Amino acid sequence: MDNAKTYNYTVVRQFALMTVVWGIVGMLVGVLIAAQLRWPELNFDIPWLTYGRLRPLHTNAVIFAFGGSSLFATSYYVVQRTCHARLFAGGLAAFTFWGWQAIIVLAAVTLPLGITSGKEYAELEWPIDILITLVWVSYAIVFFGTIAKRKTPHIYVANWFFGAFILTVAILHLVNSAAVPVSFWKSYSAYAGVQDAMVQWWYGHNAVGFFLTAGFLGMMYYFIPKQAGRPVYSYRLSVVHFWALIFTYMWAGPHHLHYTALPDWAQSLGMVFSLILLAPSWGGMINGMMTLSGAWHKLRSDPILKFLIVSLSFYGMSTFEGPMMSIKTVNALSHYTDWTIGHVHSGALGWVGLVAMGSIYYLIPRLWGRATMYSVPLINMHFWMATIGIVLYIAAMWIAGVMQGLLWRAVSDDGTLTYTFVEVVKYTYPFYTIRLLGGLLYLAGMFVMAYNVWKTVAGQQAVNAPIPAVAAAHA
Amino acid sequence: MSDFTGGFWSLYISIITIASIIACGVLLQALSTRKVSGSDGETTGHAWDEDLVELNNPLPRWWIWLFYITIVFSLVYLVLYPGLGTFGGTYQWTSKKQYEDEVAQASKLTGPIFEKYAKTELKQLAADPAAMALGQKLFLNNCAQCHSSDARGGKGYPNLTDAEWLYGGDPETIKTTIAKGRNGVMPPWGAVLGDDGVKDVAHYVMSLNGNTFDSLRAARGKEKFMTTCVACHGADGKGNPAIGSANLTKTTLLFGADEPTLMETISKGRNVAMPAQLDLLGEARVHILAAYVWGLSNNPGATAPAKNGAK
Repeated sequence: MDNAKTYNYTVVRQFALMTVVWGIVGMLVGVLIAAQLRWPELNFDIPWLTYGRLRPLHTNAVIFAFGGSSLFATSYYVVQRTCHARLFAGGLAAFTFWGWQAIIVLAAVTLPLGITSGKEYAELEWPIDILITLVWVSYAIVFFGTIAKRKTPHIYVANWFFGAFILTVAILHLVNSAAVPVSFWKSYSAYAGVQDAMVQWWYGHNAVGFFLTAGFLGMMYYFIPKQAGRPVYSYRLSVVHFWALIFTYMWAGPHHLHYTALPDWAQSLGMVFSLILLAPSWGGMINGMMTLSGAWHKLRSDPILKFLIVSLSFYGMSTFEGPMMSIKTVNALSHYTDWTIGHVHSGALGWVGLVAMGSIYYLIPRLWGRATMYSVPLINMHFWMATIGIVLYIAAMWIAGVMQGLLWRAVSDDGTLTYTFVEVVKYTYPFYTIRLLGGLLYLAGMFVMAYNVWKTVAGQQAVNAPIPAVAAAHA
Repeated sequence: MSDFTGGFWSLYISIITIASIIACGVLLQALSTRKVSGSDGETTGHAWDEDLVELNNPLPRWWIWLFYITIVFSLVYLVLYPGLGTFGGTYQWTSKKQYEDEVAQASKLTGPIFEKYAKTELKQLAADPAAMALGQKLFLNNCAQCHSSDARGGKGYPNLTDAEWLYGGDPETIKTTIAKGRNGVMPPWGAVLGDDGVKDVAHYVMSLNGNTFDSLRAARGKEKFMTTCVACHGADGKGNPAIGSANLTKTTLLFGADEPTLMETISKGRNVAMPAQLDLLGEARVHILAAYVWGLSNNPGATAPAKNGAK
């Protein structure tokens, strides 16, 4: 068929499949390091397999490889479908795929070798940072180019979120990764001391806010109404929560630096804006959940919808928990404990993971010209494995974290600490085991997904859907 | 607090902060009251991708209130607590002051306990079970990280139970070591001695500490020892506690007394540091720890500090 009359699904297919592959890789590394916390000898005394090197590999793989691929896949799909336009600059889009995969492979090689800039979630060294910049600028050109050539008069809400995510991540990456290279594989941050810490957490928290929240809200705004077959609940709610969310997130970073050398005033601003962030965050959850009104019965029979809606429940929980943990007195207990790990994973496994999986299940049959996935019961099975895995994981980490916080601050009458650090580590072991079980279950779910995807696409002809005419507005 | 280089930046951050919080409220107010089409079950009239449409339901009441409450809370908080530039808030709270208050409060409660012990002579203190129970808790929280929970140390970290001391084991010297720290430096001799020379000297040291050794190498090593090593370790190899040089006639060497380890030590040198604890722990706690550590190798039956459960 004539290229101009069809959507460019090639790059969407590529990213959709790699989402599943990198999901398995990233979560496998996560399971390994979770096991290392329980049995440290599992690093086999091999430097490349030590916790300190694999932990950044895990975070980079799940956030940027798994999460990133799912964002590329869905944003390229959604922007075309909601603009009724073929992807702008197809060659550049192909470059974003191969470039992004190259970055992931470079990360998987350099991080175990111990090559790191030492900045959390921005560990990759400067040559890779430059490649990231090139890919990201190309991504922006493709995305906004498609928006520019749209046939629809209005820009759909999902694209606001994807657009905000692409623009902001570009700024975050450029500012935070500014560094002075001393060799090909070593550089030092352009900032020093507490300024460096502040820039780092301005980046770090907005990586959560834009990469893992705004981008995935874009996904939510397309796939929930589509899968539910219902209109989006409230246009103006989306306006308020979009602007409030992207504006307020920018301020929240200092809550990562409570009771540190960061000046008190900056800590306070981080805290109050994190609290203000609660309502804008929940706006997205309400809009997604209420989109289902009149269609709740579909949840019983449609496991894809289960993925999408339960992801919103975890989103709501995490975005309530986050502002609470940003309060200084709560943070004094929760900081540096496994509570933080539990919080992050209720967002990462519950929100980001489930909404991405649901969206990929929606996409795969459509990209290969099938009505449904190979097996709907297997989607259902994956859903329950993932959900039970998350609950085990986060419950274990909550209990462990609160326990650690309380035991660390317990003081005897003579002013000495009641528990030594190593004792608290020992008390945490059972919870590390439960967390490992939860993680294993979640990973096993990914294997079920991979099998289901394989059976759906193997031997199928890739299909590029024709671009339909814009529906006439009825009002 | 010198967080701002001039009055301008304080004003700048204050204005931006207040304007931002108010802007959130204005946005909310504007969209929660204005009448718009689509609130009566009709869609907004826009359609995408064939069947994607939007309703325009009003913002949920409870959600509007939640949003307003956080805005009001934030404004009140910024009046009470530091946040608006150099304005310290009406409570004049600072994290430094909170810390100092908590330390002062704790010192008031625990001060008398330590005061009593601080006046007790070290050897006498080591015989006081209550003081030693306290010493053990201090040790497990502050010293066990390097010296291990059972105080037997590890490679590069001295065993405190074996009555062998680099700097001397009388109570006052131990107290000086804890209070002011130590920095032991063995220079690298690989370049001077060459690989073979290093091995010779290692065998001479092994001859001193009763290990099996190659007598030909040891004889050659002795010559080199007498010119290169003698200055610090002495002609008899027994070291010098005044500078912390090791007694080579013992097998309890810090890094080990086997051939490969000795060769590594001689060839590459060693640099070990015991951090000074006085500023961190204060005189009273250092005093108790000194008595406790001395007691580990001088009090029969008191050499097992490993607390139940702490490996």
